[in-house]
Formats: sequence, structure tokens, C-alpha cells
Amino acid sequence: MTSAHSKLYSDDVSLVVVVVDTNPFFWATAALPFADFFANLVHFVNSILLLNHLNRVVVIASGVSSCAYIFDSSDASPAGGVGVAATFDKASRRVEEFIAQDARATAANSSAASANAAALLSGALSLAMCYIQRIFRSGTRHPQPRILCLQGSPDGPEQYVAVMNSIFSAQRSMVPIDSCIVGTQDSAFLQQASYITGGVYLKPQELNGLFQYLAAVFATDLHSRTFLRLPKTLGVDFRASCFCHKKTIDMGYVCSVCLSIFCKNQKKCSTCG
Amino acid sequence: MYGVGGGGGGFNAPSTTSGRRRNPGDEEEDEEEETGEGRVLEAWERAYADDRSWEALQEDESGLLRPIDTKTLVHAQYRRRLLLRSAADAAVRIQKGLIRYLYIVIDLSRAASEMDYRPSRMAVVAKHAEAFIREFFDQNPLSHVGLVTIKDGISHRLTDIGGSPESQIKALLGKLECSGDSSLQNALELVHGYLDQVPSYGHKEVLILYSALNTCDPGDIMETIEKCKKSKIRCSIIGLAAEIFICKHICEETGGSYTVALDESHFKELLLEHAPPPPAIAEHAAANLIKMGFPQRGAEDLISICSCHKKIKSGAEGYICPRCKVNVCELPTECRTCGLTLVSSPHLARSYHHLFPVAPFDEVSSVPNRIQRGVQNCFGCQQNLFNPDGQTSLHVRCPKCSQHFCLDCDIYIHESLHNCPGCESQRSFSSQ
Repeated sequence: MTSAHSKLYSDDVSLVVVVVDTNPFFWATAALPFADFFANLVHFVNSILLLNHLNRVVVIASGVSSCAYIFDSSDASPAGGVGVAATFDKASRRVEEFIAQDARATAANSSAASANAAALLSGALSLAMCYIQRIFRSGTRHPQPRILCLQGSPDGPEQYVAVMNSIFSAQRSMVPIDSCIVGTQDSAFLQQASYITGGVYLKPQELNGLFQYLAAVFATDLHSRTFLRLPKTLGVDFRASCFCHKKTIDMGYVCSVCLSIFCKNQKKCSTCG
Repeated sequence: MYGVGGGGGGFNAPSTTSGRRRNPGDEEEDEEEETGEGRVLEAWERAYADDRSWEALQEDESGLLRPIDTKTLVHAQYRRRLLLRSAADAAVRIQKGLIRYLYIVIDLSRAASEMDYRPSRMAVVAKHAEAFIREFFDQNPLSHVGLVTIKDGISHRLTDIGGSPESQIKALLGKLECSGDSSLQNALELVHGYLDQVPSYGHKEVLILYSALNTCDPGDIMETIEKCKKSKIRCSIIGLAAEIFICKHICEETGGSYTVALDESHFKELLLEHAPPPPAIAEHAAANLIKMGFPQRGAEDLISICSCHKKIKSGAEGYICPRCKVNVCELPTECRTCGLTLVSSPHLARSYHHLFPVAPFDEVSSVPNRIQRGVQNCFGCQQNLFNPDGQTSLHVRCPKCSQHFCLDCDIYIHESLHNCPGCESQRSFSSQ
């Protein structure tokens, strides 16, 4: 699972899998328009590709009803000079197609889609991990993978188990998950993800300068990060919430069979009985 | 004293050149192919023949060594394992014992110094036991493991039962010597004594890594087996030599599994199969609500002495027990002062995938028809599902979301990720 160094792949070659939140409910009310945000992102993608000719970037979009691959830099034709404009065009077109497709799928499933709908972070993280496993399988010479999540929507509690599974799998494969929050609230899932996998968690204060935050904090490869002082989170709240009232508790009662957490001692576990 | 033979297969002498006699009941050892020159040599046969393992390697055009293409073989083995496991679970959700108290018994008798496993059986056992312990704590963070050894017919407790892998692994890496006879009864008696003190909601298990071919017991081992059965201890044994009747009997009586390893990689596979929690028999452990604490990190400026190492630590480096406010260094652990089990929510979350497993995917052998709109790429990794020449290739499909995946993603999803990307990428509004 770990890479061997060879003359061709020095230790600063990286594969960045960017998970982009395209939740239309969030972007409709966000301070930064989606088009500006996407432009910042594409410039960031291009700057990573410029850092090293062997760097690779993959962009996965997570919508409200579906997730899909938007862009893969290894697919691009070796056209040379037209590279930068071509990636912008291709990526923009593909993301517009995806958002339209997602909107159609959401409209078809019109029940319960509300302003608080969460993006499908678990699906996008699972796709990212599958892609990274493919990279690991491609031989001893491969780029160092990492995941960058750009999230704005709130967390969906129904995705908790799936997101935790992806996080643990990333931890075992030693893939850091970085997070950049472009919304207004912190994301507990991504805080835990970055903490457990050793990534960086950042909530920029000024969204207009997003590209600067991305380039300064998230563009460096894993080897060079050891020389930099990157933003550190002071501490993640790992307390659990009880299943009955959903409030965070310090001490609780855990069922030995199904591991459900309760705040008060009960005769029977309400989940498994 | 029970020796070799009995109900199962025997240990054939090397002089029979026609191959090993197959006994119908002997399933564990019958995985070798017997066709002529393609026959894989047994470990014990290698001592009598030239061990030319380099002849099994292949080179590609440029002279570089090529790994032997075992992809379909690996996948077939993996599917067999997966289907066996899920056939047991079937449509009913089988309860699994998630809080396990496991004792690993390592046989350090004379037989463990045999060299048929390189460098010796004992070294191989120690190496793989270390990997097993790490995997075990990864999959069962709330469980405890202890180590017991058998040497000179007496069993010693090597390490106390504990919730953290470091102390167990340190003991394994220490100097281990083999001598004397091995005694199954003494090991079981010792383990029985310790497991009696374990809380009632925990599942009691023993895993014996047995190299010897006999057992020298001071009393009636059948009585010990009855005692273990009454205390609901589940004994599993992995043999390194041959199948022994008494081991099979112990495992059948207590509901464990008995397997015999054919070579080192098979031993590792058999050992790692014990890491996921086994199906639990409901009466074996009382379903209780266990009181647990979820500590937070302390404040930055709080300086205190940690209760585990008795060293001065800043509050931010450790966790504060919610009941007695003492500083502990790592989780999961039991607070030394008040005895409260301290865990963090990711530890509980690690076990959730045992409760919500991914359904096995269906195999799809597609006929290529490039004119027709078909599925070209694996949904997970975007790899082309067809061979370069457009021939049929085997891939799988999720029964719930109907997305197609390649074989490698299938293995990864079921063994490590525990999420189907297709199902997760679909919004099921009904569940909201």
C-alpha cells in the first residue's frame, strides 16, 4: 500500500482527488456565487498540475441525489499549450451537465428535499477511495494520493456510518482527507475526518480570496507538508450523541449487542430489544 | 494422552509417491492440486526435494520479474469466502458478538521449533499473531486480548487481558523459547480461570495456535471441556501440523472452528478470519447496557499527572474522564481511578459495519456489444470493464443500486470500505 520511490516518481508527486459540493440548495443562498467558486477551483486545479508534470487531479461532484466524476487530468489529451483553457472548458461543461442531471433526479424524487438537504458526501468519499485503490494497484510507482473536500452544505446525519467507514478506510490506506468549508457552519464529519486521517481542516474567513487559501494551504504535497506550519484544529469533539434525544453526552449507556447509545439506563435497548 | 489419527485424516509418510490419500471427511487439507508435475510440494516434502522456488517466477519481455497473474484466482477465493460467510447470515440479521474477550494461546512446546515453516513455527506464529492483534483491535475496538503460552506442559499467562495492542505486541516480540510438551488441558484450565472474571456482557473466546501433535494432560480433558462449555467459552484452534481428533472435539463442543494450515500464507489467511466478530449465540452473553464515558480533551492550560504513566502532561494532550476528572492518555481504555470504560465515538463507529454489512454483489459476465449502449467503466474507479481486445470480462453488479463494479473494487468494498459507492450516491428520499 505504501509507495516505493523510484527515479521517475520523486516523493512530491501527488494525486489530489477533489470532492466538490454542488448542492443547489446551498449554492442558491451562498455568499459566493457558484460560478466564481468554480473558477477559483479550476485555477487551483491548474496550479497543482503545473507544480509537477506527473501530478494528477480528479474532481468528483457530490450533488443532492447523485455523485459523479467530473474531471480526470489523466484523461486529457497531450495537447500541450491548450491545456489550461481546455481543462476549464471541459470541466465547466461537465459540471453544468452534472448539476442539470442532479436537478432532474431531485425533481423526480420530490419528497422531503428541503433547504437543509445535505450533499452526498459519503458517496463521493467512497468513489474517491475506490479510485485511490486503483492507483495503489497500478504498481510500485504511483503518486501520493490525498483527498480535498470542498463542502458547504450541512452534514446529513443519515450518512454518519458511511462517512465513518470511508474515513477509517482512508486512515488504513494512509490517505489524508483535507477539508475546506465554504459554507457558514463547521462540519463535524469533516473535522473528524481531517483529525483521524491527519489532514488539514480550514474554514476561510474571506471567501472572495478562496484561491489564495487553497493555494497556500492545500496545494503542497504530503512530503513538503512536514516543513510547513499549516492550520491546526485545536481539538475535535468526539463525544457521542444519544439515540433518544440527539444531545451530546459525556457519559452514556451502550447496548452490548447493537452499540446504540442512550443517556439513561433502560431495561431494554430500544433498537434491538 | 491423545495422539494423531482418530476421526479425521492422518499424517501420511513421505514414502508414498502417489500422493496423499484423501479421506472424505477431511476437507481442510484437500485444497492441493494433484496433477502430475503441477503438484505443489508440501512443506515437509521440501526437505526431501530441492527447494527450487525460483523456478516458479516468470519474466516479461524486458527481463523484469512479473508477478504471477493470480487475479481471477484471488477473486474466486474471495467470493467463496464471502458467500460462505453471508450464507450463514442469510436473510436474517445474525447477532454478532461485538464485545469480545479473547485469549490467544501460543504453543511453545518442542514441536514449535520445527523448521517446516521458515524460520521456525514459533517465529511464524509470533509474526502473524502480531498482525492479527492489530487487525483484531482495528475491527473490534471495544474488545480485549490476552496472551497465554504453553511450555514444558505448563501454561503461563504472558500478558494480562487488555484493551490496547501495544503491551501484547511488546510481549510477542520478546524472546520466546520452545521446549517440552504441550498440554491443552492446562491451557484451557488457565484461560477458564481468567475468563470467569470477565463481565457478563462480553463474549469469551480462546484461540489456540497449536503446533504439536499430541497433548500431555494431568487429568481428564473431557471434564475441562465440559467446564468450558458450561462457562460459554468459544474455543477455536488453528493447527500447524495435522488434524487432531481432540482439537476437533473441543471446537465442536464449544462452537468454535478448527482449521489446519497448509503453509504460511494459508495460516495467515486462517488467522485473519478470526478477526471479524463471529456469530454470537444469544444466551452466551447477557445483553446489557454498559455505562461508558465519552471524554473530551482537557483545556490547554491544565497541567496534571496522567494516571497511566504517572508523568506530567498538559491537559490538551490527554483526555479527562467525565466521572472522576482524571487525565488519561489514550482511548479506548478503562479509567484507573473509577473503572469507567472510556471510548470515543469513532471507536463505536468502527464496529457499525459489522451490523450493516454490504450485500454480496452478483457476478455479471457481459457480452461486449459496443454498438449498444452498455456499461463501459467500473462505477467506483472508472476503470474499463472490458479487456483491451473487447472480449467478455467478468465484473459484478450491486443488487440494490444496479451499478457495475470491477473485481478489485468488489474486493475492496467488501473487505475494507464496507460502503457500496452506488448505494451511497443515490438519495433515498423515503428514508428521510
